[in-house]
Amino acid sequence: MSGVQNLKALFRLSGIRQRDIAAAVGRSEGAVSQWVSGEREIPADLVQKVEQITGIPRHRLRPDLWEYRMPNAIEAALRAAPDLTHLQRLEAESIHILREVVAEADKPVMLYSVGKDSAVMLHLAMKAFAPGKPPFPLLHVNTTWKFSGMIDFRNQRMAALGLELIEWINRDGVARGINPFDHGGAYTDIMKTEALKAALDHHGFDVAFGGARRDEEKSRAKERIFSFRSAHHRWDPKKQRPELWHLYNARKNKGETIRAFPISNWTELDIWQYIYLENIPIVPLYFAAERPVVSYNGMTIMVDDARMRIPPGQMPVMKKVRFRTLGCYPLTGAVESQAATLPEIIQEMLLTTTSERQGRAIDHDASASMEKKKQEGYF
Amino acid sequence: MAHISDLIATDIAAYLKQHETKSLLRFITCGSVDDGKSTLIGRLLYDSKMIFEDQLAALEADSKKMGTQGQNIDFALLVDGLAAEREQGITIDVAYRFFSTEKRKFIVADTPGHEQYTRNMITGASTADLAVILIDARRGVLTQTRRHSYLVSLIGIKQVVLAINKMDLVNYSHEVFDRILGDYTAFAAQLAIERIIPIPISALVGDNITEPSGNMPWYHGPTLMAHLETVEIARMAREAPFRMPVQWVNRPNLDFRGFSGLVSSGTVYPGDPIKVMPSARMSRVARVMIDGDLPYATAGQSITISLEDEIDCSRGDVMCGAENPAEVSDQFETTIVWMNDTPMLPGRSYLLKLGTQTVTASVTTLKHKVNVNTLEQMAARQLELNEIGLCNISLDRPVAFDAYAENRDMGGFILIDRLSNETVAAGMIHFALRRAQNIHWQAVDVSRTSRAGQKGQRACVLWFTGLSGAGKSTVANLVEKRLFALGKHTTMLDGDNVRHGLNRDLGFTDTDRVENIRRVGEVARLMADAGLIVLVSFISPFRSERQMARDLMPAGEFFEVFVDAPLAVVESRDPKGLYKKARRGEIKHFTGISSPYEPPENPELHIDTTRLSPEAAAELIVAQLSARGLLQGDVA
Repeated sequence: MSGVQNLKALFRLSGIRQRDIAAAVGRSEGAVSQWVSGEREIPADLVQKVEQITGIPRHRLRPDLWEYRMPNAIEAALRAAPDLTHLQRLEAESIHILREVVAEADKPVMLYSVGKDSAVMLHLAMKAFAPGKPPFPLLHVNTTWKFSGMIDFRNQRMAALGLELIEWINRDGVARGINPFDHGGAYTDIMKTEALKAALDHHGFDVAFGGARRDEEKSRAKERIFSFRSAHHRWDPKKQRPELWHLYNARKNKGETIRAFPISNWTELDIWQYIYLENIPIVPLYFAAERPVVSYNGMTIMVDDARMRIPPGQMPVMKKVRFRTLGCYPLTGAVESQAATLPEIIQEMLLTTTSERQGRAIDHDASASMEKKKQEGYF
Repeated sequence: MAHISDLIATDIAAYLKQHETKSLLRFITCGSVDDGKSTLIGRLLYDSKMIFEDQLAALEADSKKMGTQGQNIDFALLVDGLAAEREQGITIDVAYRFFSTEKRKFIVADTPGHEQYTRNMITGASTADLAVILIDARRGVLTQTRRHSYLVSLIGIKQVVLAINKMDLVNYSHEVFDRILGDYTAFAAQLAIERIIPIPISALVGDNITEPSGNMPWYHGPTLMAHLETVEIARMAREAPFRMPVQWVNRPNLDFRGFSGLVSSGTVYPGDPIKVMPSARMSRVARVMIDGDLPYATAGQSITISLEDEIDCSRGDVMCGAENPAEVSDQFETTIVWMNDTPMLPGRSYLLKLGTQTVTASVTTLKHKVNVNTLEQMAARQLELNEIGLCNISLDRPVAFDAYAENRDMGGFILIDRLSNETVAAGMIHFALRRAQNIHWQAVDVSRTSRAGQKGQRACVLWFTGLSGAGKSTVANLVEKRLFALGKHTTMLDGDNVRHGLNRDLGFTDTDRVENIRRVGEVARLMADAGLIVLVSFISPFRSERQMARDLMPAGEFFEVFVDAPLAVVESRDPKGLYKKARRGEIKHFTGISSPYEPPENPELHIDTTRLSPEAAAELIVAQLSARGLLQGDVA
């Protein structure tokens, strides 16, 4: 769209006939028609008169002469001000998403898994709704096999922030003795996936915030920020809605629910840098300390409580270890480390040679399995 | 992950300090299926050392198993995500990738190049600052290249990197490079792209990706990575007039009322005079805050503003600098990119979301569509999936906006189907067709209520819908006779009769059916305004249009009567012999045979004609009207 076409449209919009403009400024109709078509420019001394008659602002009539200008002091300050950093832009995007959901959802909830991504998501939610509190509860699906340190940290954070937390445990699974040692993939399915679905259905939540990031694995890279689930909580990667600009379509069909991912565009490094910069509390298990561990299924597993099945011939040994991700303790491998501060963790992460999710047993199946799991309703 | 910076090992604090101030560049890559796009992105991730060793091991294993590069690493496997597309060997959707260097963080929208996915490219481009357009050096500028460039310019991207790839396969020829560049610049002159940076590369071998290539001494420009790291990003429109669409009103207690939103342009300071559009109410900014007070906020920040006065402002309003507020209108010229399998029909009503405003909209005129390959303008009556058209649209109420060319957030919108709730289109506002200030509803002193009251009734519309031959007109006639006998004032709009007059210019295509019902809905409303009970007997096969007619009436004054008869039954009745003709193919677009009928989901009345005689049905309807108090008037 060139400036000329724009000007023509503006004159048409004004509803003032060229004949009347001509009469008012004392020029011929032919001259006015040339101004309108852009063949000639409106003489400078007539611009303000034409502005009065037509209501078209002068900086539109002669952009070469009149510019929309800010006061000089402000302009100078702005020129000197630095650009927004990548973390500021990510933060702004996440806060925008959190607010869009709250504005459009009937009954939102935030899935809080106690890990570092959840810590960042919660911190962003506190910012998004300050000086008030986030207008939704938090939901923790507890498999009953989480590190005890996670549960302590969770309770302490909720008390400090004064937030409402719903804990959901699949009691039926507990009664049936479902555990990570004997039931493998079925364990995750029953205690995590099924439990999550049941919790959402029970409370009637229509939108659930999740802390997933697109850099985590390949199928996540294509998932939308507002990701729809059928009444059976299935994800259909081929039926995703296009997301343009900052516009999210949150309209649901009957029975559908939404998973909203405010930190989709953050990477692991962004998360750690933000935690460092904003001084966000995280579970102490992320920091290296002497902990009792055994070797189990090729991973270093911490003996968090008496339920750990220590392989025959092994005794727990004390090692200085930390965890790169947190989940169910029998499924979460520790890494030997000396990193006891945030900068040391980041340093170790940048220098290390294995990626984040390797510690999690769930991803070890075929490379497309995460997509299958998600279609079935895993978060 | 062996990172480039020595600071990581030696002084992590200094490294973190340096990385706190990194900027962010979002770009898209566009190329045809075989241009090597996935390979290029894989290479950028690889060369920026963003691949962990275990991922690399998996990549090497995958390359041997299903790669296309023999024993070499197939970088494309790094980015081809979903199982379905792995099997097809192509990318089918928009995916987002991330990498980071010393200077910048990058978000790449990886968008497919083949024709049926214009939708995905527009989606990926909508948030991008820059586009990398790939060309296969062996094949030069192709139809696809033109299409990608047009879409990039349509969405308002001003900076393009022309990555001429596979230079290794043309002997790194300077002549080939110059020829392709010449072809491209000639074509691109007609587009609104401001800056084109051509770079000869080989994504596969790594020429001019991060390291200058020794194979092309004739090239003196930057490597691709060097350009991406240093290209100036438009400074987020900070100096433009202030705009913040209000997302949410923050009212944690009686002492605080704040307005939250993402600043889409400009800068705001405490004390600034602001105008809330479309209402044009004015106030002054009291505080600018995130979780604490800020000295000012600028484009790209999510903030909360409190005002000095208690003025009416809620989600959907736009806070503007008082001196340069956004325009307000309810009719626009726009470009619309259609993104759904169900075509766009002029006249059908959709939901339109612009910023935080959601309104009802319809396309009043489809001026032409654009052939994305040749840029030719072509006449069209509807838009199919992935088609682009110049459209006039009309909204049910005025909204605050800026032209898309001036502000993407204030001029870019999506259309949502009212029944399926899918996002069916993206649109860009060029300009308003009239100013809202000029539209006045002529105030009428004698109201519809008083007109109806004078007649001892309340105005309403009885909308009979159903298949041809279901008995709509028969039942409607009986109802009208009874109402007449009761001394009520009625009128009848019958499908066949209206088609002889008002709608004689319309046929039976989907587009014309929509317009047919739109006109009848408007006429029915005018007659209801006159205080009449209006009986409308139309097949009206689409839910959307019946909804549109319903929306024209006040709540409680629209009665949808579904005259229900199974297709087999009406076909056996066939009073006008139309079904036989339709079955023989002599009538095209016949509802129930070759054109769909969407039955009402929640009609006010559902008449099952296989069980109820027309007389009994008419009695039931009149009884219902009476029970709802419509046969007594209020005198206003």
